[in-house]
Amino acid sequence: MKLSVSLNKRFSGFDCSFNFTTHANRIGVFGQSGSGKSTLVHMLAGLVQPDNGVIELDGQVLFDSKASLSVPTEQRRIGVVFQQAHLFPHMSARRNLFYGYRRTPVSQRQIEPQALIKVLNLEDLLERNVNNLSGGERQRVALGRSVLSSPRLLLMDEPLSALDEGLKYQVIPYLTAVFDEFQVPVLLVSHSTNEIRLMSDEVIVVHKGRVSAQIDPETLARQRMGRRRAGYINLLKLQESEPQDGLLSFCWESNRLLLSPGLGPEPGMFELSSKDIILFKKHPEATSARNLLPCRVGEVFDMEGRIGVELHCNDGQLIAEVAQKAIEELDIVPDREIFAVIKSSAFRRLY
Amino acid sequence: MFEFSPTDYQAMALSAKVAITATILSLPFGYAAAYMLVFSRLRGKAVLDGVINLPLVVPPVVVGYLLLLLLGERGWAGALLRQWDVHIVFTWWAAVLASLVVGFPLLVRSIRIGMEGIDERLLQASRTLGAPWYDSLTTIILPLSGRSVMAGATLMFARSLGEFGATIIIAGNIPGVTQTIPLAIYDYTNTPGGDSMALSLCLVSVGISFSVLLLNEALVKRFSRHRRP
Repeated sequence: MKLSVSLNKRFSGFDCSFNFTTHANRIGVFGQSGSGKSTLVHMLAGLVQPDNGVIELDGQVLFDSKASLSVPTEQRRIGVVFQQAHLFPHMSARRNLFYGYRRTPVSQRQIEPQALIKVLNLEDLLERNVNNLSGGERQRVALGRSVLSSPRLLLMDEPLSALDEGLKYQVIPYLTAVFDEFQVPVLLVSHSTNEIRLMSDEVIVVHKGRVSAQIDPETLARQRMGRRRAGYINLLKLQESEPQDGLLSFCWESNRLLLSPGLGPEPGMFELSSKDIILFKKHPEATSARNLLPCRVGEVFDMEGRIGVELHCNDGQLIAEVAQKAIEELDIVPDREIFAVIKSSAFRRLY
Repeated sequence: MFEFSPTDYQAMALSAKVAITATILSLPFGYAAAYMLVFSRLRGKAVLDGVINLPLVVPPVVVGYLLLLLLGERGWAGALLRQWDVHIVFTWWAAVLASLVVGFPLLVRSIRIGMEGIDERLLQASRTLGAPWYDSLTTIILPLSGRSVMAGATLMFARSLGEFGATIIIAGNIPGVTQTIPLAIYDYTNTPGGDSMALSLCLVSVGISFSVLLLNEALVKRFSRHRRP
């Protein structure tokens, strides 16, 4: 997909000016609230008229102020998933789901409804009254409704922000499964670094109505490290597990990690703060922490006074945060062999 | 007590006929007017709003007189209609027209409140799903404003039943032709010894209005059950 945007919009007291071109299929738009992210989504969808500029998607001009061209929303074939699900309250979940599908010409339908219903696990919800669905269920129906209209681009405006923390991460696997399975190009707007990292390949950082950077999600996470109390968050995709010494032993990139049993044995995505990794110069004789990983130091970087150390453990990669003094004492330089120690209780399951 | 003359029965039938016709005829126009006031980006919206609401604040007698000027022998609309041999003044259609004009603001107001309660983002969602405005109108706005349409229609019907001032001017008070219940009551109160008949007709009027309210309540209930499958 190719999306090229050059737009200006002036509100009283707030100016937006977005200029970027992207070829990524999963685009993240990151910014604090009030930075103009939602305005960008509304302009792309045609719900807000820009003052001037051009929007071009895959070679088709959707908006061009000079040519007085503005393709109406209903003809843009750009799907939108809003912060709230905005399901039609007078229709069943099934009628909501198929609302866009019925309005899509047969020749443009690219999604097989049954397959989507299966991926989103909607089978049991179809005949339900949408007013009785939970927040997560509503958002899944809303996502399915947009995807079934076979959009050329799916805009997601903070789709998880209305859900509580636990639910948020339960919906993410559904989202990523849909993107992967049906190859829908996505533009995800979020103020959460984790969501952006889990769901996008390229990030457009928006600040005060301007594009301030166009980077990859990992760079964003490292840049944000200095500003978050928890520091850099390692995201670990853990595979199958087996019980071991009262703990759970998960497989992670040809390593084994021991986690507290309370986290559940299913494979999934886990987070680990860079502050919860302790580094040792030599193999410690004994430690109360249950994970001891031999690793090789990669890059060492400084983010606003915080030092991040990239660790390569077999095929896996972790970032640990250490003090400047520790770098000197442990003699941490690239390619050095080192030991990382992590407590089994330091991990947190995202989904 | 309830011993009505044939003209009384005619007045009752005519009242019902006028109110039903006026309500049915006004519904599409009322709906369109409310839609324009709520959803369109017309420049002259405030003027349109004012014109629609005018009959609400002007005395019905004035409305009737203005209609008479417009549709009478020398009125331009009256002259126009005469070319097709259509006569409205002093027929039951004049009573319908009087009710229509006087009750219209109530109908529009009610539908409008219902439409304004619809979350605009639902309409945005329907547009992103490929629905043009007329599609959103029939699939989202109409079902979601159904209750207010019924409420508005009830108000309109009740207002038509009670219409007096404009009707007596433009339709006259011809027993069996344009005499509705309020006009018949008016006649009885001006006739010596007509008090008990006036009271009887009053009770009939109250009875009809009350039945309409009950029917409306039942319809609204049924409608909301339908809305929540």
